[in-house]
Amino acid sequence: MKHLLTAAMQRDEAIALLDLAEDMHQIQDRDVKKLPALRGRTVVNLFFEDSTRTRSSFEIAGKWLSADVINVSGKGSSASKGESLRDTGLTIAAMGVDGVVVRSGSSGAPALLADWVGRPVVNAGDGTHEHPTQALLDAFALRRRIHGADASRGKALDGVRVAIVGDIAHSRVARSNALLLPALGAEVTLVGPPSLLPQPAADGTRLGLRAETSLDTVIAEQPDALMLLRVQLERQAGKVAPSPAEYITGWSLTDERLARLPKAQIMHPGPMNRGLELSSRAADSDASTVLEQVTAGVSVRMAVLYSLLASDQGGSR
Amino acid sequence: MTTPQTVSTTHGGTPTRTGTTLLTGAAFLGGEPRDLAIADGVFVDPSAIDRDAAEVLDASGLVALPGLVDLHAHLRQPGGEQSETVASGVRAAAAGGYTCVFAMANTTPVADTPAVVEQVHRLGLEAGLATVRPIGAVSVGLAGERLADMGMLAGSAARVSVFSDDGHCVADAELMRRALEHAAALGAVIAQHAQDPSLTRGSVMHESPLAAELGLTGWPSAAEAAIVARDAMLAEAAGARLHVCHVSTLETVEVVRAAKARGIAITAEVTPHHLLLTEELVRSYDARYKVNPPLRADRDVRALREALADGTIDIVATDHAPHAPEAKQAAFADAAFGMVGLETALGVVQESMVETGLLDWAGVARVMSTAPAAIGREPGYDAPLEIGSPAHLVLVDPAARRIVEAASLKGRSTNSPFLGVELPGTVLHVWHGGRRTVVDGEIAEMPVQA
Repeated sequence: MKHLLTAAMQRDEAIALLDLAEDMHQIQDRDVKKLPALRGRTVVNLFFEDSTRTRSSFEIAGKWLSADVINVSGKGSSASKGESLRDTGLTIAAMGVDGVVVRSGSSGAPALLADWVGRPVVNAGDGTHEHPTQALLDAFALRRRIHGADASRGKALDGVRVAIVGDIAHSRVARSNALLLPALGAEVTLVGPPSLLPQPAADGTRLGLRAETSLDTVIAEQPDALMLLRVQLERQAGKVAPSPAEYITGWSLTDERLARLPKAQIMHPGPMNRGLELSSRAADSDASTVLEQVTAGVSVRMAVLYSLLASDQGGSR
Repeated sequence: MTTPQTVSTTHGGTPTRTGTTLLTGAAFLGGEPRDLAIADGVFVDPSAIDRDAAEVLDASGLVALPGLVDLHAHLRQPGGEQSETVASGVRAAAAGGYTCVFAMANTTPVADTPAVVEQVHRLGLEAGLATVRPIGAVSVGLAGERLADMGMLAGSAARVSVFSDDGHCVADAELMRRALEHAAALGAVIAQHAQDPSLTRGSVMHESPLAAELGLTGWPSAAEAAIVARDAMLAEAAGARLHVCHVSTLETVEVVRAAKARGIAITAEVTPHHLLLTEELVRSYDARYKVNPPLRADRDVRALREALADGTIDIVATDHAPHAPEAKQAAFADAAFGMVGLETALGVVQESMVETGLLDWAGVARVMSTAPAAIGREPGYDAPLEIGSPAHLVLVDPAARRIVEAASLKGRSTNSPFLGVELPGTVLHVWHGGRRTVVDGEIAEMPVQA
């Protein structure tokens, strides 16, 4: 693995990365959370788009591996955004950093940056395209719930039925999960209002997956996990998005719908809009994996940085 | 009648020259070999010339085509000189076999006043190499709100006969209706960039499962076809001629076909890139493949080729759109739309239409010269290569193949989707009004004309 640009990966590769994240996860139980693996390595968090959660998670992951972590806010005028992406990337490469974690509002920007800078690049979210470390942490948290925290190693998600609910069309989280979870054997269904589902293929699939407009239909099938996406009705789809009332009626995990899902894991990438994507009772229930996902994020990002940057991992050095 | 060293400026400033040239053995419009003779800027009877006094060029193995006419090029001047000028644009045009180029109106300032179109017209005369015909804006500032002074543009020294807001759709139906009515009265044509803006907010590539996968905002086919259907109805009611720029989808082809069957005076163009390339190239996120309308799917490419072959689509036009490197070295959504095309158009048409058996060379002459000249009302192209016609001539080596390289492009910008691609056919020699503009594939430098 030279870069992490996409969650499209082979099953064995994904399991190995999740197992490495399990190794990293053990640091959570230590008093001194520091491994020497990336001592002397410098990682730049290049964030062209605001992010607190993802940037903090990458920063903690890098620091726990003893890397020097620098945060660069690449926000500039939108007119010069593309140009500054390239020039900022070349500038950072010229400073001799070892790896770049990039978040961009433009789909495909990390892939272009990877070509331009010649250093390992981690996609920390690009536009409406992908967010591969989010999918990895989702798979990590879900695998622990399904198989048990101590029995997850080496396991996949064969036959696990996952419904991803919300604004699929504009979600990079959905896209990365739509690639990674099926690679691990999960059966994924996309659920959302018609105007917020991605363009269908000739066979009716969307992003290569089954898609449904009725959440109640999918709940009746008793999925193993429900992944609720953050919706930004006011921003994403303008006048074609349903109103909040319409959205809650059709696609929110309300208390009433929660009662019909006694066994499903409730996942959310955060930050949550309580009352919109899911009720507070759902968010705080024992079925909720929300905080476990956040914890998993650090472990997964440690595993990714270690894979790309540790000298004994081959990387691109 | 013939005055050596004088410059005629009545029709695009085509310089005339004395001396007789005899071309032997060229395949006439790709057919049987036939000798061609040029004297005093026109084709003359080769049997009636003094062969001993003529300059003789053995053209056997080459295809003789009329000088090509591009109804749709962005020459960027005034205002965009970092990416192209009229002078650099006509160099690219000549290298591609063109002898006449219609220059789009989306310059800075916009070509919505006689001053601007006359400036572009004058720059074309100074550049020589090819006739430059300025296109006038439909609306003031391309803003789509008020009609430009179309009559003044038509009556200017630039004698505008094509009006377009290209780059923008004339989206307001009332404005389009009135523009068509004015154009009809002027004998001009409205060239519409058909793109419903409300269906294409933020759109950067073809709307498709691939766009969904790549996380890029899609540009639906219906946004083009719906405007064409509307405009066809408006043109019919106004008794006007409508020309559809860069048709890119199967659905639009079907709308144009239906409009023609109804007797509406509609013509349509397709670009070379839409005849050869598909959206799959966007997978790389390389902004060289970002163009408006976007590269479409296989089914659209097939439909466009068939429509060009059966006459539903009348012409090939390049939509030559030069951009400086920084405009393309950006994330896909942030980069500029457009591709240069003048220098690769003929090769792409040979590859996609001739070598597939869909069009013969006479057909190429029709869709790249005779028909675009007729739509743009440029005289001198109605009887290609015939005795008495202006000597606008291209000699192509159809057997040669070349790999397109940035260093060999004659225009100022190199944002070609064909860099590194091998294309058939080489433009070896070009005459513009009897004057040689390309010799052995190189631009024949001309003295600057006052």
